[in-house]
Amino acid sequence: APVLAESYGLGREATPDEVAAWDIDVRPDGLGLPEGSGTVSDGEEIYMERCAVCHGDFGEAVGRWPVLAGGQDTLTSARPVKTIGSYWPYLSTVWDYVHRAMPFGDAQSLSNDETYALTAYLMYLNDLVDEDFELTKENFTEIRLPNEENFYPDDRLESAVWKNRTPCMTNCKPEVKITARAAVIDVTPDDPTAAHPTGE
Amino acid sequence: MTDKTPTSRRNFLKGSIAAGGALAATPALAAGDPAITEVQPWANQLGEGVDVAPYGMPSKYEAHVRRRDVPWLTADPVSSVNFTPLHELDGVITPNGLCFERHHGGTADIDPAKYRLMINGLVEKELVFTLQDLKRFPRQNRAYFLECAANSGMEWRGAQLNGCQFTHGMIHNVIYTGVSLRTILEQAGVKTNGKWVMPEGADASAMTRSIPIEKALDDCLVAFAMNGEALRPEQGYPVRLVVPGWEGNMWVKWLRRIEVGDMPWHHREETSKYTDLMANGKARRFTWEMDAKSVITNPSPQAPITHGKGHTIITGVAWSGRGTIKEVHVTTDGGRNWHQARIDGPSWDKSMHRFYYEFDWDGSPLLLQSRAVDSTGYVQPTKNELRAVRGENSIYHNNGIQTWHINEKGEAENVEIS
Repeated sequence: APVLAESYGLGREATPDEVAAWDIDVRPDGLGLPEGSGTVSDGEEIYMERCAVCHGDFGEAVGRWPVLAGGQDTLTSARPVKTIGSYWPYLSTVWDYVHRAMPFGDAQSLSNDETYALTAYLMYLNDLVDEDFELTKENFTEIRLPNEENFYPDDRLESAVWKNRTPCMTNCKPEVKITARAAVIDVTPDDPTAAHPTGE
Repeated sequence: MTDKTPTSRRNFLKGSIAAGGALAATPALAAGDPAITEVQPWANQLGEGVDVAPYGMPSKYEAHVRRRDVPWLTADPVSSVNFTPLHELDGVITPNGLCFERHHGGTADIDPAKYRLMINGLVEKELVFTLQDLKRFPRQNRAYFLECAANSGMEWRGAQLNGCQFTHGMIHNVIYTGVSLRTILEQAGVKTNGKWVMPEGADASAMTRSIPIEKALDDCLVAFAMNGEALRPEQGYPVRLVVPGWEGNMWVKWLRRIEVGDMPWHHREETSKYTDLMANGKARRFTWEMDAKSVITNPSPQAPITHGKGHTIITGVAWSGRGTIKEVHVTTDGGRNWHQARIDGPSWDKSMHRFYYEFDWDGSPLLLQSRAVDSTGYVQPTKNELRAVRGENSIYHNNGIQTWHINEKGEAENVEIS
């Protein structure tokens, strides 16, 4: 049954235009996708103009900005490279996030067609489609990203061997050695204004 | 820090003496502590009037108590994080101006007159509320910790940052005033197939997360005040979501919309981010709860022991996203022997707890650790126990036991031990 409760008579009904203006989210099953389409070549043009300055010409990223492409087969390595192609489970997330929050500093400035085109180009950068590919509302949900199956729900409660254990309180181990030291790494920012509150 | 202002009475008196000793029986000649035997300026001159600071700030001697950032952590300071100075705080409440910040599109500057909250999706009636509307619902006051999922994340591979502000400071604990999310959802009427809700922020990052309806109808708050005053802009002014015990990313700030749906949205912040990569290349998702955790805040690398041997107070904070903290244990010898710490202050559900352990320090080196036990019986694990399950690349949810090495001088360092 619906959640029923006391009404306080507060608020008002949202108009369809208001809901349409704010409800722009997209789900993996395609719910929320607007009409539209875009090709890899259209996407390349937009990407070079609006994205490459941070994300690099090939999605490899500039500086510490996010890497968008590559990294396949690195998820078990010491330094995984988690990109759309190597890590993300759903293409809908690409469309939704680019449309709602990118470019950084000029969010919600991309049209629906531009977002389809950019999404197509990001697929191309990740070797998922050919250069003549066109992404549309109609073919969108046929597409699967490579890493979709490798996510699973939180299983901490099953795997936590330290649940309900009785913690040791005395003579717990014979000896203790220091194995790593932050002062050796020396990456903590200095604070020139630091002063001890008690002075002296 | 000492006050060297030339107008201080002490300097004035010294100057007078040097100039000829004209003053008889000056306090400077008295035996004892000059802080006592000399008249101090604050005991002689008038202080500031009541209207000098309509909104007061801490003492100038506390100017070092502040949020800090680590520039190399992020690409830029807008989608970034800073850290609460845990080593300078006591009790369980974080002052509003010191609560760590985490933004993805900077701090939104929202005119409260233009603030709107929309409820849409699988509801009987899609609704819009103003801020004034929200303040007319029955209110609740609750203290909760908000911990970033990435708190201590830089420490997965080993000891990196030297100070609990940096290793554990992506957390704050304040009293929120707001309306039960359940009450808000009930106004719209959740349909029977409404199984998930998606809060969305009004800022340029348009933060979205998927939350199961059970949690949404349980203890979430739509909050407009923290510690008795309006939310700070950097904490979501005028309205944020409070998701008790769950990772900070879900506490959507500048909350503009809550959609009800029949399945999760799998948006960027629950796929690319806030999923926990395991050593086998698979990843946990929807790791919402923040497990039991603790840290000794004093002594710590930014707060060494300066008083030498003798009676010494070890203090810190503990918290659990699954309940209250039942016990905290403290070791001074790297976990060979543990002692019951004393929890003092309120023990609220999913809120910070303050603990103390007092002992007589003989001046020899120490390996300090704290270990929290929560009301479900969960015992805070060591970092190595976590790594054995997860490897070193899961970024989030590092609640492993922290070690501080204290040397003979009382200086502290972030270390790992066997």
